[in-house]
Parts: sequence; structure tokens; C-alpha cells
Amino acid sequence: MRELVLPISQQDILSLQPYEQVLVSGKLYVGRDQVHKLLASLLEENQPLPIGLEGACIYYMGPSPAPEGKVIGSCGPTTSARMDPFAPLLLDHGLKVMIGKGPRSKQVVEAIKRNQALYLQAYGGCGALYASCVRSARTVAFAELGPEALLELEVEQMPVVVAITATGASVFDR
Amino acid sequence: MKLADRIANELMHAVSHLSEDVLDRIRWAQKTETSEASRAVLDAIAKNLELADAHSLPMCQDTGMFLVFVDVGKTCPLGLSAIENAILEGCALAVSKAYYRRSVVEEPVYERTNTQTNLPPVIWWQPVEGSSLTIQILLKGFGSENCCQVRMLNPTCGEEGVIEAVKSIVLSAGGKPCPPIFLGVGLGGSMDRAAYLSKRALLRPVDQHHQDARYAALEEKILAAVQETEIGSGGLGGVITALGAAVEQEPTHIAGLPLAVSINCWADRKAKVVWEGEDA
Repeated sequence: MRELVLPISQQDILSLQPYEQVLVSGKLYVGRDQVHKLLASLLEENQPLPIGLEGACIYYMGPSPAPEGKVIGSCGPTTSARMDPFAPLLLDHGLKVMIGKGPRSKQVVEAIKRNQALYLQAYGGCGALYASCVRSARTVAFAELGPEALLELEVEQMPVVVAITATGASVFDR
Repeated sequence: MKLADRIANELMHAVSHLSEDVLDRIRWAQKTETSEASRAVLDAIAKNLELADAHSLPMCQDTGMFLVFVDVGKTCPLGLSAIENAILEGCALAVSKAYYRRSVVEEPVYERTNTQTNLPPVIWWQPVEGSSLTIQILLKGFGSENCCQVRMLNPTCGEEGVIEAVKSIVLSAGGKPCPPIFLGVGLGGSMDRAAYLSKRALLRPVDQHHQDARYAALEEKILAAVQETEIGSGGLGGVITALGAAVEQEPTHIAGLPLAVSINCWADRKAKVVWEGEDA
């Protein structure tokens, strides 16, 4: 299976095909509903963001608590569609890779094409599987959101499927 | 053992383990699915269940909201307060011991402050004849809950209309609810009652059909129609979209045919405790 290291090079992004199964390693950010709402409002008010978006990868996820001695709890993807109202703005500000589950809106597909970005799908509900891929986790911002806080993870060989490519080719177009 | 401890034990097990009837359906899908992409999803699910068991981790980070169905005998010697306290205590124990995610907020629109306890649960009380007490709990994830729908159908639409409506609701859910899915279909009553029935339908073991042969056949027809959507596992396309469909029905008004569809993800987590005379 093909392995990709974050940040994924533009050349690699352009070479990926829908349905391709890949293993992702490296550093990524974790954010879901409230993080997206907050980042979008900061961008709209021209305020600085707590993370650099340029070339970044965001994983749509909110983990269960880490048991003692473990890096993280269960940590599978959440439904991407809820992030659709905010994703184009983030992509236009440099976000390169999104990892989540399920279909995206037309506006998101257009923004992916416009920015030659990438949408990967993780296996829905497979939280224990993804916990085994996480090497480290730290809270970066919005700690008050609890399970919805903005995290940075280091992942190793995280299994995902290429869902929407930089050209807009999608596993959801059938 | 105290009732609260029995509830907690069942919930601690349910967050990491599926019941045998559900596992059977997942294995059936693995054998039946012809799409390579969907089979990879089913294989990931199987591996995930092994890891959840081995590491005592929740199988999914969305450990759900507790939907509690209490069937309480009209002459049950336990008072309603004692039963309610046992449910709340049992849920709270499981949340802290089994590392449930705190997924519940205090109110829906403004601050959305996390309660930090995964409580309160949603509790449905149903008085029944006799002195028994049965408590059933769904660990309901909201990726799938967000795809549930109610429709007020035309009373003359018949079986065909019902099947079409369910299919269209499943189509609009697409890959969002973590397919392969389980369907609970509530028919009749009022708008709210149909929704309740659709959740009750999800409680029934997957290998049990409706007692009325017409509705048992309807369950089969709904399941077949839903597979025609070819949404597949993870929404990646395939011949298996749903692992089961259960229908519950009740009397309704001459002018209406309320229909509710509750969608559950493959992680169809349930706990059941039948009270056997112990202390609350």
C-alpha cells in the first residue's frame, strides 16, 4: 500500500486517484465543528489563527478520553459534511488536506479544485483502529472545548482512502 | 449486585463489544460484498473490533448519547425515583470507568456548554402489565442520528409509498451515517410517536422479525430496496448498504400515515438489564 508523509508534496497530491488506499504518517491538526466555526470567524475578522494553515492537514475528529498510560482514546473520523460551510474559506487560506468521512458539498469540491487540495476518507467508527496509529497528541488551542479542542497529532501509517482528488474526481460521484 | 452496577457493567461492555446478532450481520456483509473498496471498510471494522476488545477502548470515539427505554411493570415494587437514580448512577459509572467521550451539551443553541458527564440521558418510560422491570439502552452516535427523518405520508400510499420514502431517506443520508447501517422504521401513531417507535425498532435483536407476517415481509422488502441504493460500506459503493431493517407500528388517524426512520451506524451498541429483584 502506498505511504504518504505529511506535509504531502504537491506532486504526490496530483498523482493520487479516487479509491486508492494509502497510509498517512506525520503531523496533522484535529478540529471539528466548533473549531471550524472559531477559525472561520477569526479569518473573517482578520485576526491571527492559533495554527498555520499553509500546507496543513486537518482531521475531523473528537477523541474519547485517553486511558491511563495511553496517548489518546478512541479517535475515528466524524462526518465531514458538517464542516462544509467552513472548509472553502480554510482551503482558500492554505489548508491542503482534509481527513474525515462521507460526501462533501459542491462548494467544497470546487474549493478543493481551486486550491489543488485533497480530501481523504478515514474508516468511519473505527476509533480503536486509529488510536493504534497515534504516536503523540497535544492540545494546541481552544482547550475549553473539551473533546472538541484543537489538537496536534503525530500519526504513523494511518489507513485512509483517497475520496476527492485535486481535480475534483470523487468516490461519491456515482 | 445493585441495579446501578448491573447497568454500568452492561454499558462498559457495550461500548467496546457488539452483540452476536450484530456481529453475524457484519460477517455476512464481509462474505456477500463484491466491491473491493467496501470490503476494505468491512475488514477495517473487523480489525477495529479486535483492537477495541484487546485494548479495552471504545470501538468508536462517539460513544453516543444514552437513549434509555424503561418498561416498568405497573406493580413493580421499585419506585420510579429508585429506578431513575439507578439509571443515572449506572450511566455515570460507565462513563468514568470505560472512558466514554463527554458528548452532551447543556442546551442546543447558544453556549452549548459540555456537561462533562455525558449526562443527562434521554429516558422513555413505558408502563407495562405485571411487576417486571426491563431497561434497554442505546449508545446512539450522532453521525447516524443526524440522518434520521420523519415524514407524514399520505394514508393511501400503501406499502410502496413506505418503501420509497425509506429508500429516499437512506439515499439522502448517503455515506454520512457510517454505513453499513441498521434501520429502525416507525409507522403510525402521531409524528412524535412514529419517531419513538423507530427507536424501539432498533432495540429488537437483528435476527428477529416483526410478529405480524405482513410487517415481517415489509422489513425484508425495505432491506432489499435499500441495498438497491448501492451506497455501500463507507459510502464507497457496494451491494450491502444496510445490515438490517426493523419495523414497529401502532394505530393511527384516518388522515395520516406517520413514518419515521432511525438510522444507526454499524456500531449498533445496546445494553439490556432485566431486574430480578435485587436492591436498586
